[in-house]
Amino acid sequence: MKTINNVVCSFCGCLCDDIEVNIENNKIVNVKNACSLGLSKFLNYNKHRILKPRIRKSKEFVNVSLEEAINECVKILSNANYPIIYGWSNTSNEALRVGIEIAELIGGVIDNTTSVCHGPTIIGVQDIGESTSTLGQIKNRADLIIYWGSNPLHAHPRHLSRYTALSKGRFIKTRKERKVVVVDVRKTATANIADVFIQIKPNSDYELLTALRYAVNNGEIEQDEVAGVPVEKIEELAEMMVSCKFGALMFGLGLTMSPGKHRNIEAAIALVTDLNKYTKFVILPMRGHYNVTGANNVTCWITGYPFAVDFSKGYPYYNPGETTIADIIARGECDAALIVASDPISHLPIESARKLSKIPIVTIDPHETPTTRVSRVVIPSSYVGIECEGTAYRMDGVPLRLKKIVDPPDGIISDEEILKMILSKLKGD
Amino acid sequence: MIKVILITGRSLDQGTSKSIGKFSKEYMEKLAICELDPEDLKSLGIKSGQNVKIKTKYGEIIVKAIESKQAPHKGIAFMPYGPWANLLLGSLTNSSGMPTFKGIEADIEIAKEGKIMDLNELLEEKIGVI
Repeated sequence: MKTINNVVCSFCGCLCDDIEVNIENNKIVNVKNACSLGLSKFLNYNKHRILKPRIRKSKEFVNVSLEEAINECVKILSNANYPIIYGWSNTSNEALRVGIEIAELIGGVIDNTTSVCHGPTIIGVQDIGESTSTLGQIKNRADLIIYWGSNPLHAHPRHLSRYTALSKGRFIKTRKERKVVVVDVRKTATANIADVFIQIKPNSDYELLTALRYAVNNGEIEQDEVAGVPVEKIEELAEMMVSCKFGALMFGLGLTMSPGKHRNIEAAIALVTDLNKYTKFVILPMRGHYNVTGANNVTCWITGYPFAVDFSKGYPYYNPGETTIADIIARGECDAALIVASDPISHLPIESARKLSKIPIVTIDPHETPTTRVSRVVIPSSYVGIECEGTAYRMDGVPLRLKKIVDPPDGIISDEEILKMILSKLKGD
Repeated sequence: MIKVILITGRSLDQGTSKSIGKFSKEYMEKLAICELDPEDLKSLGIKSGQNVKIKTKYGEIIVKAIESKQAPHKGIAFMPYGPWANLLLGSLTNSSGMPTFKGIEADIEIAKEGKIMDLNELLEEKIGVI
């Protein structure tokens, strides 16, 4: 049996880098330090795998050689007028770099899953900027931790113990030295361990954030309650915020997916900006998929924009609401799709999923999903961080190298290698 | 029938069952559900584990009602992200790029007939996968 230490978990944006994995005969037999999400991934990654490339011929899937699948993919992408290239949050930066080159070459739109998770966050940040920090700073210094519209005990189970409330920092060492506040519509598992829980009415985050800004700036709110929260409680929270030494507001999709969307984020950032007049305060989004932050960074270095980049005019063009995947599909504009490491048929609203299923789709993915079921071409790939190496960005923008810990099944190569083959064929090399 | 605000979101069970496989029994059991406040279950006259029909202006689906462990949240129904919840959502983003996955008006009633679709049935019936 072989033990590999300091393995980076490729599940959520925490990218925990202290996982210990025991391997026997190329099989993962034991995993230490991972949360239940990471554990389930390490122990089940080899189930429901696709082991052969396949093409849909009339109604049936037929197994084909990798070369034949690549040729069919190139044919579909070359014949398309407005192809979309989508996914990327569950693969490496290196794979995405090739994907962007493909998008530019074929004049398509490249978008990542940000557009249906923290897309509004990025729009908000682009509008008014942000004060941010690494998670290490929060661990070492933050004496006030706020989770807003985010339930890390379910979505990022080790976030609290590694970086916030329950972590042992250099200057703040114990749970007692930190105050924890949760703002949510339900009394979540995370709310149960908070010092203060604020239950807000659904769809009214903007109102509460605005009221808090007013209270922070010494305004007197002339109402009994805002967003279902009594004014005394709002004033109490404002006081906690102003009087802390280092506050961190971490928010989830409760803000981005509710009505208001990027306006909610702007209000949250504006509150944090106001707080910096009195103390030190930072704001961070709780990013879901392990490399969704990398997808934004890589797309940004190469095209100048973080997601939803349209190359159909011959240069990068970005306009969320127009060039975002959900809108392009809803308008029925795309005529082919290359999906990498994502399952949009499961994760788009039904009408969009139905429209997407009607166009030729090429999917590169390790395992069987509803999207592979509706695809014209399916090319299986290896798991980044388990069967192949790659770089990913943690949710606070820290890049980490993911390891290869076991061999992939015979004949299975990485997303990056598959995309390089597609690119080279498209170029006619 | 009760009127609720539907929130879709991540759950620990959704995350762990996703890794077991999208076509696994576990994934369906953890996703084709709706978490309701105990008082809302009482208003519907049902117990945790019975089937309900959820309807929005975009679609409807039968899922299993589960008594929420994250109550109280009277008037709020929670469904994990995934193919079942997405049958209830609209595509429009109001020029934001983001469909509204949270905060949707919905009606919930007891499902006297009909059953919970598995993922293959859902794909065949709602998406048209052959």
